[in-house]
Amino acid sequence: MPLDIGERLRSLPGGSAVTLKLDPREYADHYFAVLNATLRDVGSETDAHTIYVTVTNPASFVWSLAQALDVPRDRISFIDAISHIMMDYGAGLPNATYIESPRALESIMLRTEYLLRKYPHPRSIVVIDSVNSLAIHNPPDLLSEFFHILINTLKTRQVLTVVLQTADEEASSVEAMLNLVVDETIDVARAGT
Amino acid sequence: MEAPAEPVREPPTTSQGGLMAPATVLDRCATGIEGLDKILYGGVPRGNMVLVAGSVGTGKTTLCLEFLVRGAERGERSLFVSVTESSDKLIQNLSTFEFFRADLVTDGSLTFVDLPVLYDRLGLEHEELTPDEIAILIRTLRDLVRSMGVKRLVLDSLTSVCYRIRRDERIRDFMLRLGQELADAGCTSLLVSEIGPTPGRYSLHGVEEAIVDGVILLWNARRQGDILRVLQVIKMRGTPHSQAQYVVELTPIGMLLAPHLKGGRPENGA
Repeated sequence: MPLDIGERLRSLPGGSAVTLKLDPREYADHYFAVLNATLRDVGSETDAHTIYVTVTNPASFVWSLAQALDVPRDRISFIDAISHIMMDYGAGLPNATYIESPRALESIMLRTEYLLRKYPHPRSIVVIDSVNSLAIHNPPDLLSEFFHILINTLKTRQVLTVVLQTADEEASSVEAMLNLVVDETIDVARAGT
Repeated sequence: MEAPAEPVREPPTTSQGGLMAPATVLDRCATGIEGLDKILYGGVPRGNMVLVAGSVGTGKTTLCLEFLVRGAERGERSLFVSVTESSDKLIQNLSTFEFFRADLVTDGSLTFVDLPVLYDRLGLEHEELTPDEIAILIRTLRDLVRSMGVKRLVLDSLTSVCYRIRRDERIRDFMLRLGQELADAGCTSLLVSEIGPTPGRYSLHGVEEAIVDGVILLWNARRQGDILRVLQVIKMRGTPHSQAQYVVELTPIGMLLAPHLKGGRPENGA
């Protein structure tokens, strides 16, 4: 029986951290399944708010997909760390904050903190999209330190953290570190897409 | 004259340094900037005179303004003595932050004074202030603090005042006397120090940092071409404090701090 990712995420206790592993050969389907699970199934609940950190696609792109899933605008905020370096920040979204570089990892932590304070909700969700994109711009030791601090900080605040990861042939040091700080890794291929 | 606050004896707690906590815990002036108060184990010891040092665009003035707004919100009269920017412009800039409340200005909890206007009124017209003029300046600031019951004061900037005092020995004397007057009034003060981007000194003349009770340093660190604002508490008498570096962001709800990741050592750090 295929795994219902949304159901699984909903059942997790507050403060959990999960890696969602996407298969690069079925990336589009898996990505849509992940958005469906995180933004619609979990993030659209009445007491929830999602902070979506995007390093892969501009927030405007993710937001267009979220709109297709009928995600209400007041249930999602974006931290966009990619549009600036793509020179694509002209028409900024009103529910997005832009970081100039995906190397400014502390800024990602601070904007997350800012949005958690600005939009206090009983069920806050932070989605990091993705560890692979962050790894392109940051050395492994820096990235490991970032995830260690961020995830543990979010755990203490009872925030559900979801990290997207595209499966790689070789297990990187960041992946090994992620395994230490997350509670569970869900293989999206097991879900019915 | 109000007596300085008596030291309070409290059992050590984790938030005050755990097993390494000092036996006597001084009364604190919480800055209201949550991250900074954590670094300082609760805030600046009340009555301390602290240098906020940094080059241009590092957030010195904003940190000081938030310190005053948070204090005024807690019922502590707050005074901003401005040398370089007009009060109107400062209030205009401050109004862009969500933490700012205009009613604090209208009800007198937060007051702005333009020092150049004071210079004119006091007749302090020499390019280099004489010892008598320096004494008048100290008395005027003391009287302002006492008459208004000011508990938090910011001087922005000390560097501009020192430009007119010039001589090291007079700067030392000015700061010692001003610090004593403010401490006697139970007033905690932040003095802005403008420095160049080169690390190693925290003030223009070098004597300022030796006199003050604390130094908070702000600078722009580089990581592969990107700039991060970084804060570090260099010294703070009367309290243990973190010596680590923190990245700072000036958000609409106030200054936020996060640990400066070690994998990204600044190219021109302090």
